[in-house]
Amino acid sequence: MAQSKSFWKRFVDSQIFWPLVALGLIMLFNAFFTPNFFKLEIKDGHLFGSLIDIINRGAPLMILAIGMTMVIATEGVDLSVGAVVAISAAVATVLINPALGQQLIASDKLVENVTATPLPVVILAALLVSALCGLWNGLLVSRGNIQPMVATLVLMVAGRGIAQLITGGQIITVYFTPYFFIGNGYLAGVPFTLFLVAVVGIFTWLLTRKTAVGMFVESVGINVKSSFYSGVNEKNIKLLVYVISGVCAGIAGLIVSSNVKSADANNAGLGFELDAILAVVIGGTLMTGGRFSLAASVIGALVIQSMTTTMYAIGVPAMAAQAVKAVVVMVVILLYSEQFRNVANRVFTRKEVRS
Amino acid sequence: MADSDQVILTMKGISRAFPGVQALQDVDFNLRRGEIHALMGENGAGKSTLIKVLTGVEAPDTGVITLEDKEVQVRSPQHAQELGISTVYQEINLCPNLTVAENILIGREPRRTGRIDWKRMNAQAVDILERVDIGIDVTQTLGSYSVAIQQMVAIVRALDVASTKILILDEPTSSLDTYETDQLFSVMRKLKGQGTAIIFITHFIDQVYEISDRITILRNGKLVGDYDTNSLTHLELVSNMLGRTLVELDSVSKSRSKLVADGHTSDPVMQARQLGSTGAIDPFDLDLYEGEVVGFAGLLGSGRTEIANLLFGVDKPDHGTLAYNGKAVKKFSPLSSIERGVALSPEDRKAAGIVDELSVRENIVLAMQANRGWLRYLSSAKQTEIADKYIKMLNIVTPSPEQPVKNLSGGNQQKVILARWLATNPQVLILDEPTRGIDVGAKTEIQKLVVSLAEEGKTCIFISSELEEVLRTSDRIVVLRDQEKITELTGDEMNETLIMQTIAGS
Repeated sequence: MAQSKSFWKRFVDSQIFWPLVALGLIMLFNAFFTPNFFKLEIKDGHLFGSLIDIINRGAPLMILAIGMTMVIATEGVDLSVGAVVAISAAVATVLINPALGQQLIASDKLVENVTATPLPVVILAALLVSALCGLWNGLLVSRGNIQPMVATLVLMVAGRGIAQLITGGQIITVYFTPYFFIGNGYLAGVPFTLFLVAVVGIFTWLLTRKTAVGMFVESVGINVKSSFYSGVNEKNIKLLVYVISGVCAGIAGLIVSSNVKSADANNAGLGFELDAILAVVIGGTLMTGGRFSLAASVIGALVIQSMTTTMYAIGVPAMAAQAVKAVVVMVVILLYSEQFRNVANRVFTRKEVRS
Repeated sequence: MADSDQVILTMKGISRAFPGVQALQDVDFNLRRGEIHALMGENGAGKSTLIKVLTGVEAPDTGVITLEDKEVQVRSPQHAQELGISTVYQEINLCPNLTVAENILIGREPRRTGRIDWKRMNAQAVDILERVDIGIDVTQTLGSYSVAIQQMVAIVRALDVASTKILILDEPTSSLDTYETDQLFSVMRKLKGQGTAIIFITHFIDQVYEISDRITILRNGKLVGDYDTNSLTHLELVSNMLGRTLVELDSVSKSRSKLVADGHTSDPVMQARQLGSTGAIDPFDLDLYEGEVVGFAGLLGSGRTEIANLLFGVDKPDHGTLAYNGKAVKKFSPLSSIERGVALSPEDRKAAGIVDELSVRENIVLAMQANRGWLRYLSSAKQTEIADKYIKMLNIVTPSPEQPVKNLSGGNQQKVILARWLATNPQVLILDEPTRGIDVGAKTEIQKLVVSLAEEGKTCIFISSELEEVLRTSDRIVVLRDQEKITELTGDEMNETLIMQTIAGS
């Protein structure tokens, strides 16, 4: 019965359809207005081009959006991800360069390939600290019964302070080639960050769709009380999604700091939480919780990143870029609004009648 | 009628339909100056719709409202207030973090040269409260006082905002203890003496007899009648609310031939000893045996749902013990109950039962999956198989298992909830109002299912407002009144007359 619906119909009804349309429109715009936008070159065995650039630069956002999707699906929100990015970056760089920047920067000569801590330990420590940040948020929300927006606001504000404490208020620069690979490396000609996105995406997909976690998350997001009556441990489900969001922010922090080879507690991941929420919203997961799609959120992140890249490419001044972005986002959100669509439909049908 | 000049409000021929429900049908209601008028009826009787019509929240489809001999159309709650109709709702809508004086005079603070004159404000508040004999410190925050005081502050505020002629109190005593209720009643008597007409909505029968002058009874959206409280017996009140006349009662056949409740050879499956929770249900003893259906009879708020919630672990007891198969229960939570083999189909299907946007399949397997834990995920093939099995077994009408459950009718949603619990293979199945708001066909199916489950050896608790249905399915009936287990009836004692007498407390 369900199979009788054509593949196209099911695709149109699915959650990834509209985000894909939005992405397609941006691509279409570029096809006309941005020269060489779709050109892919191979230099030194690496793929180069605007498209690769979008994916590479959008990687942290895509990973954050995956974590944020699960939080939002439980009718929550995680405002602290930007701050956790900074914490993760701070932890990683301090472990590589515990001199807090001073000693090594003091000499003009850049020291190559120095680390105080082995790379696996650096990565694990950063992710562990991020997971603890998520755990803190999760405890406040699930055990403290604090509204998610307020609970995560605490860490959003405090987190940058914590990052400052870790870095001693300095911008920490590192000189350690293996670490640079995380954000800048290429594997089989493709940016390494893309593999990271894939790993995070596949892991969360397996967790949510091949275990009962996805069903519980959606159930809790739609009706906490019914879920509780049905024996779902709604507190632990909420705890879990914040931990996942924290770890995702940790990975994003590694990418960001590796990318710029430094950690700036004040500016690393600044405003990321809002972009991540926006990506989820563009992906069509409702802020009121319930049904979610990880793929749609990833596409939502790509929409945001390609918009940014496009504006740089066609030379929109940086100051105006935010405004243009806001307009595009508004149009996308309006398209989701059933009320707006009804109004639009009415306007269109009236025109048809007249003509 | 000598009283006719005393009538302040008449509502005549009021009807209001919602999609699929006739909430009110040709209802008449009249109210006199200086009387306390109880509005009674079970859930869905139309009490709240009638109040909504009177306070301008809903417009009636037909009918006329006359206030002080003038025909009026109440356009909005604000308009109702202007007309002198004030309502105090069950949930108090005041600000607990402001002082008592601020709450009473908010928006109308006395001013001096543009600033609030705090002294005069506090004095005014004291003055207003004294009119109803309440002497409290008005500079304390409202939240520091008991619910009863808060309720009374809400009442005096309502009285003071407009020159209130009609005061509507919607379940004001539901969260008050005996002393607080007495306090509230003395305020109500005082107001009555001052000529205010009070509409009092409650489900506590004793309180109705204590305070009200007249009673209007609604049932299924229709007016049953209005009565002087003195001339209506407890029993008549209950039978009018539940919809069985005394004549009918006597003619109910007593030819139940199902297994008799005596001769329990085995040990009880569940055993409650002085189990209770303050403010919800007084301590009670209860034994549940294999293969029996135990009916709970009592009005809404009598404690029947509260017992169900305790047995299932939704609420935690603060008194007594519960044993399951001889072992003391230590952990009270739905999940641990499911693990033990207890299931509860909750009273409020929408709020605590269905997960409306999930599919029929997901709703059915939810509790079973919760019991298995997140790792041992049922494959989608297995889920569909389970869903199909129960869709067939319970005759659930749905185009496919993938249909969101919100698109199903009430009866089918209820069956989905039953399927959810049957899938966990429970030993004890508690059904709280499983037949509310569903059509007759589905009702009968559910009743049959309950009996057949008991025949398979399961223990069922069947809670319903409809006595007839409790009688038809149960082997033993627990009667509750005012948050207290009154008695257990078995065998020949199980007849409507006796049950109603017990509920009515006469």
